[in-house]
Amino acid sequence: MRSVLPVLTVLLAILVIWYAAAVRLNSAWTYDQAARAEAEVTFGEVVKDAMVQERPVLPAPHQVAAGLWDGFAGQAITSKKSLVYHGWVTLSATMVGFLIGTLGGILLAVGIVHNKAMDLSVMPWAIASQTIPILAIAPMVIVVLASVGVTGLLPKAVISAYLSFFPVVVGMVKGLRSPDQMMLDQLRTYSASKGQTFWKLRLPASVPYLFTSLKVSVAASLVGAIVGELPAGASAGLGARLLSGSYYGQTIQIWSALFAAALLAAGLVMIVGMIERRTLVRMGMRT
Amino acid sequence: MSWLIFALAFWAAAWGFNIWASHQGFARQRGWRLLIPGLFGVTLLVLWEGIVRGLEVPGVILPAPSAIWERIIDSLPVLWADFAQTILKGALSGYLIGCGAAFLTAILIDRSPFLQRGLLPVGNFVAALPIVGIAPILVMWFGFDWQSKAAVVVVMVFFPVLVNTVAGLAASERMQRDLMATWGASYWQGLFKLRLPAAMPFIFNGLKIATTLALIGAIVAEFFGSPIVGMGFRISTAVGQLSLDMVWAEIAVAALAGSAFYGLVAVIEKAVTFWHPSQRGRT
Repeated sequence: MRSVLPVLTVLLAILVIWYAAAVRLNSAWTYDQAARAEAEVTFGEVVKDAMVQERPVLPAPHQVAAGLWDGFAGQAITSKKSLVYHGWVTLSATMVGFLIGTLGGILLAVGIVHNKAMDLSVMPWAIASQTIPILAIAPMVIVVLASVGVTGLLPKAVISAYLSFFPVVVGMVKGLRSPDQMMLDQLRTYSASKGQTFWKLRLPASVPYLFTSLKVSVAASLVGAIVGELPAGASAGLGARLLSGSYYGQTIQIWSALFAAALLAAGLVMIVGMIERRTLVRMGMRT
Repeated sequence: MSWLIFALAFWAAAWGFNIWASHQGFARQRGWRLLIPGLFGVTLLVLWEGIVRGLEVPGVILPAPSAIWERIIDSLPVLWADFAQTILKGALSGYLIGCGAAFLTAILIDRSPFLQRGLLPVGNFVAALPIVGIAPILVMWFGFDWQSKAAVVVVMVFFPVLVNTVAGLAASERMQRDLMATWGASYWQGLFKLRLPAAMPFIFNGLKIATTLALIGAIVAEFFGSPIVGMGFRISTAVGQLSLDMVWAEIAVAALAGSAFYGLVAVIEKAVTFWHPSQRGRT
């Protein structure tokens, strides 16, 4: 709790800098308008104008807040202007992809831990794949799947799944290998079978590692879903909202979509964190 | 059909070999540790080629590896221009600026626990956000050329490096710091002789995470607008023209560049943190 005051101070500083930057960046337009009308503007007028421009270079924080509020509460949630609607489109693709990617990742990790050949052949590729900007394939996945007749939620979910897959594989392999020799020997003295060792020792021991990678991969899935909405054709979702905002110069729309995405990401990571805490407490790994 | 059968047979043989090899004692040796995954990679390529030829998959859905290779050879100048635009100009300059700024910020807030307690939660929070989303805004501010891509990269790499550097600066032990104090070391001497070297493993961890982020940022930012050169531009236009071999060629370049970039940072890390247990005994 002792970090509340510092955090608030930092946030306040960000807000102040943001307002100052908004005035600085938006003033060019005001001066330009005034020069055309051959009128003089005072600094006070510039500041006032910078706060209320319709297409500001940098919207002031309260404009973004108003845009967010309007997007969440000001529209019917089925409306094309509603951020709830767009957020839901993105969230559903994220969740489907996250589930597929996580399950696939856990299965592959189990295979890698139990099969030496798979460990030696697949694991180096799983690690190397983390250094590759996989996100670059997103437009291709969307278009190729669309050309074979798969559209809508699934192509985005494929990208999300792909992005969340490898962190889970790497984390799970580490987790399933985390029991040390002593524990494994103990289970051998109990004459535990391979299956029993897995269910009673390896799997429980891997849970903290799993949650650590889940937090990474849920954020990655959201990024995947958003980028999956960028290629032409997507009309709904936070990514589409960002793109249309950038086409039409609707800066407030971009910032609102961006903050909605940020809130979504923060919410998802927090939910995973909460489940993590509960699970670990019930398993007796944390108090 | 014969292509398909050949590919499946090759796959079975290679997999059988890998199973056999991985149970031999010599599988722990360095050469074999490279050969086995290498063979697995080759197998995937053969399987891919065989399926595409055997089932006659059209090139607009999945081009064969041989077609992609031909395309890479044919369009080397284009690929090089895209590489220079996106990686060398956009990603690399952004990476240097972003990591440098994060490092300096970490040193600056090092003397103020108050700022650290305030900035760290915020930094951790921001590091989890979909930062690529700021790409359209920065493209609007800095124009279509590489400057806007570099700006996106700066923002993307800043927070992971900052958080890791601050964690690293706290990594030296109490006893070591006390020893520095008994020698009458000033703050700066303590920083340069003890705490910065001790922080290096953490800093390099952040730098390695940032390499991938830098490439992603530079490529995705080009989806929002770019001059008519660049990997992200080429990918999005080639997808539009359904010339998927070009897309795969760019992806191959991106993968190579990503691995090389990461490898470069890892090599520097090895030279700088040679004393660290994780680096010792690995030659």
